[in-house]
This record gives sequence, structure tokens and C-alpha cells, in this order.
Amino acid sequence: MTPRRRRMWTIGLLVCGMAIATALILKAFQQNLMYFYSPGDIAAGKAPSNRDFRIGGMVVKGSVKRDQKTLAVRFTLTDYAHETVVTYDGILPDLFREGQGIVANGRLNPAGLFVASEVLAKHDEKYMPPEIAASLKKKPSNLDNAP
Amino acid sequence: MFKTLHKYASPMHFFALARALTPWLFGISLVLFGVGLVWGLFLAPADYQQGESFRIIYVHVPSAWLSMFAYLVMAGGGALSLVWKIKLGDVIARAAAPLGASFTALALVTGALWGKPMWGTWWVWDARLTSELLLLFLYLGYLALQSAIEDRRAAARAGAVLAVVGIVNIPIIHYSVVWWSTLHQPATITKMGAPTMATSMLIPLLIMAFAFQLFFLALLLVRARCEILEFEQRAQWVKTLLGASDQSRGTR
Amino acid sequence: MMASLRDFLVMGGYASFVWPAYGLGVLVLGLNGVLALRRERYLLREMAKRNLPGYRVA
Repeated sequence: MTPRRRRMWTIGLLVCGMAIATALILKAFQQNLMYFYSPGDIAAGKAPSNRDFRIGGMVVKGSVKRDQKTLAVRFTLTDYAHETVVTYDGILPDLFREGQGIVANGRLNPAGLFVASEVLAKHDEKYMPPEIAASLKKKPSNLDNAP
Repeated sequence: MFKTLHKYASPMHFFALARALTPWLFGISLVLFGVGLVWGLFLAPADYQQGESFRIIYVHVPSAWLSMFAYLVMAGGGALSLVWKIKLGDVIARAAAPLGASFTALALVTGALWGKPMWGTWWVWDARLTSELLLLFLYLGYLALQSAIEDRRAAARAGAVLAVVGIVNIPIIHYSVVWWSTLHQPATITKMGAPTMATSMLIPLLIMAFAFQLFFLALLLVRARCEILEFEQRAQWVKTLLGASDQSRGTR
Repeated sequence: MMASLRDFLVMGGYASFVWPAYGLGVLVLGLNGVLALRRERYLLREMAKRNLPGYRVA
């Protein structure tokens, strides 16, 4: 084995070792690396009940109910299998709207209602001008296959 | 083919090649910046969801791509030097590190400026943002090693090991949005499948990305020339070059 | 004309996010360019000075 080949193997093994170690660590902390739980996770009892966590999902169309006098708002989140009702009292981000993905931080109350202390909007990877978005509403295409 | 490659791996020939290429790279990238900026800021339509704020994409995405590309260049240089003992590898790695660090910082800050109005927060500790921050720390670690170790060869060697090992982070950044639930959305432009972006918005993005890329290569070559001058200051060809450039300016 | 220019600068109300992002982009690109080119000029000058006949490194 030439010295160069030996160095190549050393470096290669070093990188492979690092990759495997990293993969194992990431696997062990899989749950912590998840930024949010879905309503399905909550239904399956995977979400913590005694501390704050984040929930992510789509705001169900027509579910947003605003209090007339305060900032309080109540809406339903869905992952298209399960639903969770969220209440929040505060300023919503610009992108918050019905049918939009959001992530809320807070905790479940005993009644199974998610009381949020913070609401963040999540946007998807699609970008298009409003005219195209309007015409796509009538005729679905590959730009409009949102889950 | 291999012979020409080998020729340009010699610092002297690389120096000459870099000198010839830089003006072209700077020139073409500046023209592309002009076209891309006008197209991105004036001609591209506003987004149906995000309105005008989406125009931050034309700075954010090219710098984020570059932050990863510069790392591959740095790690590639490190591998060249560690395995094949090619001195040019150290030169390239040392030249790429500060550039990569600055484009990573730019990607993080423009991302925060985009996140605040759209997501409602400057920063979250999701997998994408955290792994990109780790990339910045890898660059800073490399730079710290370079300034902490007195001997240039030893510094370059230690840095090369760090750079090569840290390459594990690059696929993590790329796939973070697929492997974990993140606030950051998945990729718009993927190898498979059509980009989920209207063409009128996509073209300026590609122009800007190309402009950033060429500008980076130009900067890389200038910085590599500086590194070569420092590494090789005792070499005869450098002395000849300096003497020649000194005489052309007239003796003082 | 003036109105459309103002519309453009306002950026649909996102001016305070869009313009700093572009400004920082220009700053990072420009600073990288200036620093790299100045460093090379400085190195060439210093080394040429040192390389002059009769010059001795202390």
C-alpha cells in the first residue's frame, strides 16, 4: 500500500466514522429535532402533557373565530387525518390565514384544547404571482398539489 | 488532460491562470448582478402569499447555496492537501474559508429579515436554521485555527482535517427539511421534478445565483493569489515576478 | 412617476426588511471584493520592497 493510498483510507474512514456517529446521535435525538408535533401525534399520545411543545398543521378553512373585543382567536389545526383546536391571545403573523400552515407553541389543557403562547406562520416552497394562483384555483395543476 | 491538471496544480501556473481569469469573472458577474437585480426587483411579480417580501429570496437563496458550495471547495482543498499533498489545496481552502463564512452569515441574516415578517420570528431552533448556524461555526473554527497556529503548514493541516470531517454537516443542512419537521419550508428547486416556482420569478433567481457564484470564484482566485504569494515568498519565480512588476513601475 | 417610485421603495410595506437584506448583500459582496484586492496590492508592494537589491530582512 502506497503512503498516498494509506492517507486516502485514513481520511475516508475518518469521514465515514464521523458520518456514522452523527447519524446515531441524530437518530437518538430524532424526537427533539422535530420542530413540532402534528395533531396526529397528539391523538396518538406522543406529545408531552406536562410541558410546552409546538404543534404544526394547516388552519382549517372557516374555523377561525375572532373575539370582537380582544385579540383572542380560536381555530382548528389539521394534518388531514386528525384535528386539534387551538386558542391564542396575541398578534398573528402577516401570513396567518385559513388554509395556511402554522406552528404554535403552547400546551394542552386537560380538555384537550391547545393553549398557544406564540403562533408562527409556515409557508410552503411554492412561489407564483397572484394571477397564476387565481387561475390555478379553477384548474389544478402540478403547482397546486398541496396535501 | 492529467498533465494540464498537474501543471495548474503548481502554484506558479495557477497564479498566472488566476490572474488571467479574474477580470473576466468579475466582469461577467457584475453584468449578471445588474440584470438579476433589475429583473428581481422590478420585473418579477410579487408572490401570491408573501407579496413583495419574497424578493429577499434573490439575496438569501444564492448566498445560502454559496455557503454550502464554498464549504465543498474548502473541504475539497483540504482533502487535496491531506491525501495528495498538493500545496494548492491548502491555498484554496484558506482562500475559501473567510468567503464561506461571510456568505453563511449573509444567508442567516437575510433569512432572519425574511422570517420576521413572514413567519413572525427572527429565529427558531429548527433543524435547517441550526445546521446552517453550525456551518458558520465550522468556518469560524477553521479561521480560528489558522490564526491560532503560528506555523502556516501546521495550521493548514489542522484546518484541513476540521474541514474534511465537517463535511458531514452539508447533507444534514440539505436534507434537514426532509428528515425533520421544520419551520423552514422544503426546497423549491430540486434535482427531480419541476421547480415549484413561476418561471417569471425563477429566471432572476438563477441569474442572481450565477452572479453570486462567479463573483465568489473571482474572490476565491484573488485570495488564492494572496495565499500563494505568502506561501511561496522565497520561491524564485515570485522574486522574478516581483522584480518584473517593480521594474515596470520604474525604480524608486 | 413619483407615485410609482414611492410604491417601489415601500415594497408593499416590507421596505424595512427587503432593503436591509439587499443592502447587506451589497455590503458583503463589496467588502469581500475590496478587502481581497487591497490585500493583494499590499502584499505585492511590501514584497517588492523587500525584494529590492540591497534590502535585508531584519
